[in-house]
Amino acid sequence: MQYEAVIGLEVHVQLKTKSKMFCGCATTFGAEPNTQVCPVCLGYPGVLPVMNEEAVRKTILTGLMIESEVARFSKWDRKNYFYPDMPKNYQISQYDLPLCAHGSVEIKLDGGKTKKIGVTRAHLEEDVAKNLHFETKSGVDFNRAGTPLMEVVSEPDMRSPDEAFAYLTTLKEILISGGISDCDMEKGQLRCDSNVSVRPVGQTEFGEKVEIKNMNTISGVRRALAYEIQRQTAALQKGEKVSQETRRWDDAAGKTFVMRTKEYAHDYRYFPEPDLMPVVVSDEMLAEVRKGLPELPEAKRQRFIKQYGLPEYDAGVLVADVTLAAFYERAVHGAKNPKAISNWVTTEFLGKLAEAKMTIDECPIRPEHLAELVSLIDGGQISGKIGKEVFAEMFRSGKSPSAIVKEKGLVQVSDAGAIGGFIEEAIAKNPKSVADFKSGNEAAINFLKGQVMKLSKGKANPQLVGEILLRKLKGG
Amino acid sequence: MSLHTLTVHQLREKLRRGAVSARATTQSLLDRIQVVDGKLKAYLWLNAEDALAQADEIDRSGIARNGKLLGGVPIAIKDVINVEGQPCTCGSKILKGHTSVYDAFVVQRLRDAGAILLGRTNMDEFAMGSSTENSSWGVTRNPWDLERIPGGSSGGSAAAVAADEAFAALGTDTGGSIRQPAALCGCVGFKPTYGRVSRYGLVAFASSLDQIGPFTKDVADCALMMRVLAGHDRHDSTSVPQPVPDYTVALDKGVKGLRIGLPKEYFIDGMDREVDGAVRAAIKKLQELGAEIVEISLPHTDYAVAVYYLIATAEASANLARFDGVRYGARVTGEDVIDMYGKTRGAGFGAEVKRRIILGTYALSAGYYDAYYLRAQKVRTLIRQDFEKAFEKCDAIVTPTSPEAAFRIGEKTDDPLKMYLSDIFTISVNLAGICGVSLPCGFTASPRLPIGLQVLGKPFGEETVLRVAHAYEQATEWHKQRPGL
Amino acid sequence: MAEDTSVFDVSYVAHLARMYLCDAEKQKISAQLKDILAYVAKLNELDVSKVEPTAHATPLSNILRKDEVRPSIDRDKVLNNAPEQARGLFIVPKIVE
Repeated sequence: MQYEAVIGLEVHVQLKTKSKMFCGCATTFGAEPNTQVCPVCLGYPGVLPVMNEEAVRKTILTGLMIESEVARFSKWDRKNYFYPDMPKNYQISQYDLPLCAHGSVEIKLDGGKTKKIGVTRAHLEEDVAKNLHFETKSGVDFNRAGTPLMEVVSEPDMRSPDEAFAYLTTLKEILISGGISDCDMEKGQLRCDSNVSVRPVGQTEFGEKVEIKNMNTISGVRRALAYEIQRQTAALQKGEKVSQETRRWDDAAGKTFVMRTKEYAHDYRYFPEPDLMPVVVSDEMLAEVRKGLPELPEAKRQRFIKQYGLPEYDAGVLVADVTLAAFYERAVHGAKNPKAISNWVTTEFLGKLAEAKMTIDECPIRPEHLAELVSLIDGGQISGKIGKEVFAEMFRSGKSPSAIVKEKGLVQVSDAGAIGGFIEEAIAKNPKSVADFKSGNEAAINFLKGQVMKLSKGKANPQLVGEILLRKLKGG
Repeated sequence: MSLHTLTVHQLREKLRRGAVSARATTQSLLDRIQVVDGKLKAYLWLNAEDALAQADEIDRSGIARNGKLLGGVPIAIKDVINVEGQPCTCGSKILKGHTSVYDAFVVQRLRDAGAILLGRTNMDEFAMGSSTENSSWGVTRNPWDLERIPGGSSGGSAAAVAADEAFAALGTDTGGSIRQPAALCGCVGFKPTYGRVSRYGLVAFASSLDQIGPFTKDVADCALMMRVLAGHDRHDSTSVPQPVPDYTVALDKGVKGLRIGLPKEYFIDGMDREVDGAVRAAIKKLQELGAEIVEISLPHTDYAVAVYYLIATAEASANLARFDGVRYGARVTGEDVIDMYGKTRGAGFGAEVKRRIILGTYALSAGYYDAYYLRAQKVRTLIRQDFEKAFEKCDAIVTPTSPEAAFRIGEKTDDPLKMYLSDIFTISVNLAGICGVSLPCGFTASPRLPIGLQVLGKPFGEETVLRVAHAYEQATEWHKQRPGL
Repeated sequence: MAEDTSVFDVSYVAHLARMYLCDAEKQKISAQLKDILAYVAKLNELDVSKVEPTAHATPLSNILRKDEVRPSIDRDKVLNNAPEQARGLFIVPKIVE
């Protein structure tokens, strides 16, 4: 019997706001424990929440980017449960009227096909604190408590770990391009839980679903799902039942384990939050948020291919990073050879950045400089090889290529007379190679060419050298 | 000179003239408290040194003379409102030893107005109660009869004002907790429209019902206090951005031509004869003063107590979840953190609070939400609509505040439902979110206990309520009566 | 219609509220709440099928604040208020997963 997997993903995204969801404390990562707290996010007696408008805007923007319905009337609810990372022992969240619903994320499958993964809803809530564990006690750091958190729930539309992987990477791309979140999983800015079940192919009812937690990377999600699907399938094949439970992924062991049933996992006793007023989204508000809509990564990729004549791979590399894409577009503005510029960006530029562990913003090379460099090469003022030297200097000093070429006297020698002089010298100094060539060894010309380049300190136009040298050797 | 017997406006007049200092004023009050509070136990916490230091600062800076509304006037605060640096127990063991780390909005308003924050008054634990018997620190006694309750939950504030232990005090009203003790102690107690006064810094009981309001010796003082307290606060999302009028201006307009509504459901057979008599006499007085009396109906009155005890307890069950021994307050440690919660809350909450938490949690729980909480919120809409329709026919509504005068300590503690039913005349007001005041309108014969008259106004109709109350008060002598302590 | 209120599991509700009650308390509360629940059942007399629940007393919306950082509270102030603290953290008995 063949089985298929049914996968749904629940993603929590920390929004990139300066302050918390309901108070003015900073959201910066990595601060000393309990230094970014106040009576509100500590759940002190008598405090009240006030909504962060940017968090609302970013959630609506997300909704637009995933083509969901943005609620015209949205409200807040209390989700009641006890845990030490909960300052109030209820979380302010959204239950029945979330900000966004019924959207989708389009993923690319192998072979170029695409598939739409439904998004049931995206709503806003507040993040919880961080628990740290010691031998006999635990400690709580409330810096994170109250950070705006957007919960994105997918439909159970994924059928394989690869699809789940694609969904997460595409969603991450969307969120980064919209400035919604930095999605750094290591910093907890993007967290993922999964619901996975298995059923015989052809069956319409879902099998027992298992919740998987503690997947800390997107690859980890894929690994966890692969394991879990195999585990459930094996059980069913043996005639065993799959229990509906919560399991924890252990990446080191490569397995999922049953978690102790969490006592709080059940009756949340949702009721409307009396301390917060609803959000009414007007046409004006939507229009304002729409102004912040970025070009989606896929659309940008297609545009780069078309507009700049780039191969798919290069376009893909450029749009993967919003800053890089912006850098490239500034560089090609008004330039004649966008493809060559792309080559420089995707190879030398990225290579040097990686080596120096530098970000684009920190790099001294200006986009206009790259265009200038390509222009100098295309115009024959310098050779491609010299170009690499110039580039290295551009990276080191931030100077323009023209300035560097001038300073170092790197202008290519294209004067036939001067080249002729170097060639005469090389011929005179290397009679054996000349004899080799004349007796039929065509490859000997390369050695001579190398000698000419050496004599000219690399500045001779290699193409012209080749042409003139060949003529001279053949001509006698 | 017995400064402590003055009203706020009488005292202000002297302070402005420089006839008396803030220090002398404060000292007079402290002396009075020294004499009577041993019996009354209205105050939970008092720091004489700190109060006098505040007074000295006011005298030094001359604030009292330059027009600050409460410059040099000591005010008492119910122990449920945060004052930075002061203890805040809400009448509960679970907050024993807890110190506030921030000021409530209204406290900042008092400070800006030059008031002296004198001390903290006793209350039913977490504002749950109608007699102050639910305080973990012992009951406050009614200044008119020490064997009787002062009302609740703001019993301490009401008793303090009635006994001249405070010139004015802050209380809170969720189901009548300002108006009922005001009635039982014979002073003026005002509940503003929901959203009129900021709740930021008020330890929440029922978030959609709570309001902070003043206790005063007369209506003019009440108007003054409302001027200081009312106004929009950006820290409170339920605070209404409506401008605050000068409440003292409209006081003397009288009641000629005003229509006073009498809801027939509030004047039922079997009501205490003396309460009924006093209230009817008050109504007659209002007629003499020129008001037109109109019979109205609030048909869903009978359901108000049931609605209240589902909504208020549900909200409270969530609001009190934060008291878990993790970040502040008392802790009883356990084997693990969940065990700690159970022990801390089991030991820290009193019986009434536990009862309400259980009821509220149940009303929200799976399978019961629709039948209890949701249904109650719908009936609440009907109650609100009752008042909306009534205010089309009248400008203010007049009722008794409490069906009976102060009962004996211990008389109702064994029957919570009986206790809840005594809130019948005040509770609808919170559910509808409208404003109301209680002021003295007579006494029972023997023992001599105060009877309260309640005047209700539509949302943001504080001026009309104060106007009616002031007219009645000035035509009578009740507000000049003091207990013989 | 209301559920059968005679089946009121005080222990379960107390557990939801993370609040230990001794047996005597459980019995007392159980009995008292039975009376109260019987009383509130009168709400079932009303037809509320066409009535909207009251969400808020005053119909405000979009009460928002600008995304600006405001000063946090001094850590010592809150840690000194805590029942137990160490290393800048609020300390509790071990959290068992």
